Amino acid sequence: MILELESVSKSYGALKVTDAVSLQVPRGQALGIIGPNGAGKSTLFNLITGNVLPDAGRIGFLGRDVTGLPAMARVRMGVGRSFQIPQPFEGLTVFENLLTAASFGGAGAPRDQMAQDCAEILRRTGMLPRANRLAGSLSLLDRKRLELARAMATAPELLLLDEIAGGLTEAECRSLVDTIREIHAGGTTIIWIEHVLHALNSVVERLAVLDFGRLIGVGAPEEIMASREVREIYLGIDI
Amino acid sequence: MTPTHWRMTTLTRAGLVTGGLALALIVLGLVLPAFASRKLIQDLFYILTMLTLAQLWNLLAGYGGLVSVGQQAFVGIGAYALFGGVILAGMDPLLALLLGGLAALVLAVPMAFFAFRLHGAYFAIGTWVMAEVARLSIAQWKALGGGTGTSLPRDATSGMKVLDWIGALFGVRAAAARDILAYWLALMLAVAVIGGIYWLLRNRLGLGLIAVRDNIEAARSVGVDVRRMKWAVFLLASAATGVTGALIFLQTARISPDAAFALTDWTAYVIFIVVIGGIGTIEGPILGVLVFFALRSLLADYGSWYLLTLGVIAIVVMLFAPRGLWGLISDRTGVQLFPVRRWLHGPGVGEETSR
Repeated sequence: MILELESVSKSYGALKVTDAVSLQVPRGQALGIIGPNGAGKSTLFNLITGNVLPDAGRIGFLGRDVTGLPAMARVRMGVGRSFQIPQPFEGLTVFENLLTAASFGGAGAPRDQMAQDCAEILRRTGMLPRANRLAGSLSLLDRKRLELARAMATAPELLLLDEIAGGLTEAECRSLVDTIREIHAGGTTIIWIEHVLHALNSVVERLAVLDFGRLIGVGAPEEIMASREVREIYLGIDI
Repeated sequence: MTPTHWRMTTLTRAGLVTGGLALALIVLGLVLPAFASRKLIQDLFYILTMLTLAQLWNLLAGYGGLVSVGQQAFVGIGAYALFGGVILAGMDPLLALLLGGLAALVLAVPMAFFAFRLHGAYFAIGTWVMAEVARLSIAQWKALGGGTGTSLPRDATSGMKVLDWIGALFGVRAAAARDILAYWLALMLAVAVIGGIYWLLRNRLGLGLIAVRDNIEAARSVGVDVRRMKWAVFLLASAATGVTGALIFLQTARISPDAAFALTDWTAYVIFIVVIGGIGTIEGPILGVLVFFALRSLLADYGSWYLLTLGVIAIVVMLFAPRGLWGLISDRTGVQLFPVRRWLHGPGVGEETSR
């Protein structure tokens, strides 16, 4: 197992946003997380990355207890993430965004090798033509691609994608999904929160459903999508 | 694995030109006292020290996102440490300059401890309040004149060997020799600070600093140690500001809490210089200090109209050229005198934009 959550809980005041969630993710798997808005999906991500610390429970990564470790330490261990709302370093170029990620969160390669690795990631994510553009001047699609590319630059074993397909056109979404599939094929474990279900289901091997902070189902995508509970939650949403 | 075919460069032709030009200017600056008037040397001293303070504030605010309004605390404590060292402990004034830096460093630790719990405007106000606390505390120091301040004893500086040497070299009296020495020190300090900041920005630390400024949450998520980054830049800027403050008051040889901890002189003017020149660039404060000095010379006789004019100019620049005068110039010409960008070259890489 690359990631193990044991009864992880987090509350904000009286609101329990993560309620005793237990989950195991084997190495190399692509896991999708679905659930309505406010179900606690992003909080679950923040708990895994260390941006938020749990009130109770235990988080294991690569066989180590990382429950109390801060975010930057987990990045260096191999937890990479993208943000739901793209958060580029706007004063840096696209290439420099990746270089920052590689030099602080990466494996500590020598400078020239690091530049090579970043350029290769830019090529794979289709961002090479915009390598020297300021990140603040990018379109939404390119910002999303940059999120993905920057997360990749930290050389993650586990990649967390937070609604990366949201807000994109059909064609844009397809090209992004292709890139993610390629990354997954390279052996990176992926956990992906997404409302665009057809994009998600074309990549993941397993789905987990969150509702009111609780994990109400984990299994094969077709099995999960067929369950009554999920259909009720997603009533009105195009499946 | 693809073969090695991408390259990263940071140096531009303009950067090389700057290097040569800077070297020539430094040499010219060093030999200038041989033919410049004493008034010019004094003016240059003022310009160089303000430039140093501006570069340091720009490092904090423009690169680190730490908008401090309490820089006068470090100028003041540095200056008072120099006076204390010279008057009370009989230290050599040059050595006491370093004591000024050390004192500022020591003050910066508790200041950072409290201020880093605040963000944005609260951080700014917090640093201001703490600077006031420092001023009021120093005013209680009776041995250094309390609220009215004190002067450096004449024999403290006139006994310095280096002054005799400067006097003999240029054929000037002790007072003029003291100005030349202060000017040389200001020149060296400005060069060291600008060079140091330039080096820092071209390094890994520079990327981390800009990442923290642009987006703290994202910086953490790519492994940047945000706390360490803020501490490092705050302590560094504080210590250097302390040395600068000590030097400024070594030159005037007279100190009082109100002068040494003056918000207007050591922070407001400094912010003006950075804002009109261009925040977040090394070129900006250099241009800014020249504009500031020109305005000061033109308007010095108009009292409060001087400050009103500065304020109006600052507002106009912020509204119509938020990246300052240097921002306007570099947008038009694409010139970067201190290139810090890392450009990627190679197959598939789009054409570069200058910004």
